[in-house]
Amino acid sequence: MTGVWDWFLWLYEAHGINLPVFYDSYDRQRFFAGLLTTLELSVCSVVASVAIGLVGAWALGSGSVVARRLVQGYVHAFRNTPPLIQLSFLYFAVGNLLPRLEMAGGGSRPLLDGFAWAVVTLSLFGGAFNVEIFRSGIEAVPASTVEAAEALGFNRWRLHRHVVLPLALRICLPALSNNLVNLVKTSTLAYAIGVPELLYVSAQVWADAMNVREMMNVLLVTYVGMVGLLSFGLRRLEAALRVPGLGTVGGQP
Amino acid sequence: MLDLAADRHAAAVPSPGLLPRTDSPAVVLTDVRKSFGASRVLNGVSLSIPRGNVTCVIGPSGSGKSTLLRCINALTPVDSGSVLVDGIAVHDPALDKLALRRRVGMVFQQYNLFPHKTALENVMMAPIHVLGEDREEVEARAVALLSRIRLLDKAHSYPGALSGGQQQRVAIARSLAMRPTIMLFDEVTAALDPVMVKEVLATVRDLADDGITCILVTHEMGFARDVADQVCFTDQGIVVEEGPPEKIFTNPDDPRTRDFLGHVRF
Ligand SMILES: Nc1ncnc2c1ncn2[C@@H]1O[C@H](COP(=O)(O)OP(=O)(O)O)[C@@H](O)[C@H]1O
Ligand SMILES: [Mg+2]
Repeated sequence: MTGVWDWFLWLYEAHGINLPVFYDSYDRQRFFAGLLTTLELSVCSVVASVAIGLVGAWALGSGSVVARRLVQGYVHAFRNTPPLIQLSFLYFAVGNLLPRLEMAGGGSRPLLDGFAWAVVTLSLFGGAFNVEIFRSGIEAVPASTVEAAEALGFNRWRLHRHVVLPLALRICLPALSNNLVNLVKTSTLAYAIGVPELLYVSAQVWADAMNVREMMNVLLVTYVGMVGLLSFGLRRLEAALRVPGLGTVGGQP
Repeated sequence: MLDLAADRHAAAVPSPGLLPRTDSPAVVLTDVRKSFGASRVLNGVSLSIPRGNVTCVIGPSGSGKSTLLRCINALTPVDSGSVLVDGIAVHDPALDKLALRRRVGMVFQQYNLFPHKTALENVMMAPIHVLGEDREEVEARAVALLSRIRLLDKAHSYPGALSGGQQQRVAIARSLAMRPTIMLFDEVTAALDPVMVKEVLATVRDLADDGITCILVTHEMGFARDVADQVCFTDQGIVVEEGPPEKIFTNPDDPRTRDFLGHVRF
């Protein structure tokens, strides 16, 4: 491994391409810590936003007018405002209203730290779109298929669990993939509230090493790789869920 | 050949409530009315269907035949009148839908199989997820049903890879897996070519032979004439005339029946 890291040192000395995030152990440590934070931020927000989408879409289809209105209000609020403002609002305005935790050695710290607020905001932001995406998928399930299940005795919960959601997921997976990819990219906004994610640590590195050009390239390549992996996974999922006679072209019998 | 009727009785032994009551009719409709907004679809339908009978409902399109069937298994709630199925009051707002629907199977014109499940899984789903039955037992029953409709070789095919006739037979097997005592068929051959029509009707005739009460909305007059115990002619939301097929097809009382039959092929 040191051989690989040393190669970057040679690259700098021979060609002037300065990438301390690879050859310098301190920069490397903080860069990969940032990458890990971004991954954690992404995974938490993706999972939570999908859960919010499912629950919201379920509530929209429920008989309760109150539940429907609440979900519609939430979707409007979070779909129609910039995520940076949502993040600032939640972190600075709402965060200050929450009680603080007393610490053992005296003093206190906020109930939720920046990372937690970023997860909350990203989940709510992505979730608002996911509600609409799942709703469109659920509405595309033919009423006749739903009736066939009802005639077999399926109640609302089992109907959704075994028939409606599996079909809706297949229908809305391309739209869902787009939104999740967007959500991962939006995680860079956590920079604004000082969460040490990829963009934040990169900025620290280029401030110290004066290598903005190189770090920008590293950053872009890292995001392309990360989002590429996610897209690849989602396409694999799409292929695995494909059944003949349903949805996209190229279904294999 | 599998004796489904005997199977059904054997399974019902631990719970006498499920035993078909042979004394009363399977389905009794009394003055059933149903409107959708301003359109009055059922205008006082009364009908009694004896247990084990095959009843064919015929009539022009839009006369309320589908609505009539859907009122029997509570897919469509009635506005007034009473619907009794195996002694269950379907019109009662406190209806136990599951109790009703495990007794009444329904097959649709467009098959409506679950496209994300194989033929075998389609047949197994309701007994497992609705009735909570043991997976292995259900699988054995599903395999027996598929071989009965001669589709065992397609057990692991998805509906999208089956012909219309095959899908429709799987849909019938899917309903039978719930061991219903009554089966409703809504124009189940209307979307099929003549060869497939024969396959599907042969399957329906099998069920009738096993003593399952069958109610079919159909345009297959030949089938109605040969297999039905009772034929019902509906027009504009009422039962205009009912009786044995010989009577309805050769010597109907009502001019509307005569007029309708004058327009259909045999
Ligand atoms: N859910 C519904 N909403 C509004 N109108 C309906 C609905 N279902 C059926 N109808 C109307 O009721 C009439 C009878 O329909 P249907 O029972 O399907 O007749 P049939 O099966 O004899 O062709 C038709 O005019 C149809 O448009
Ligand atoms: Mg109809």
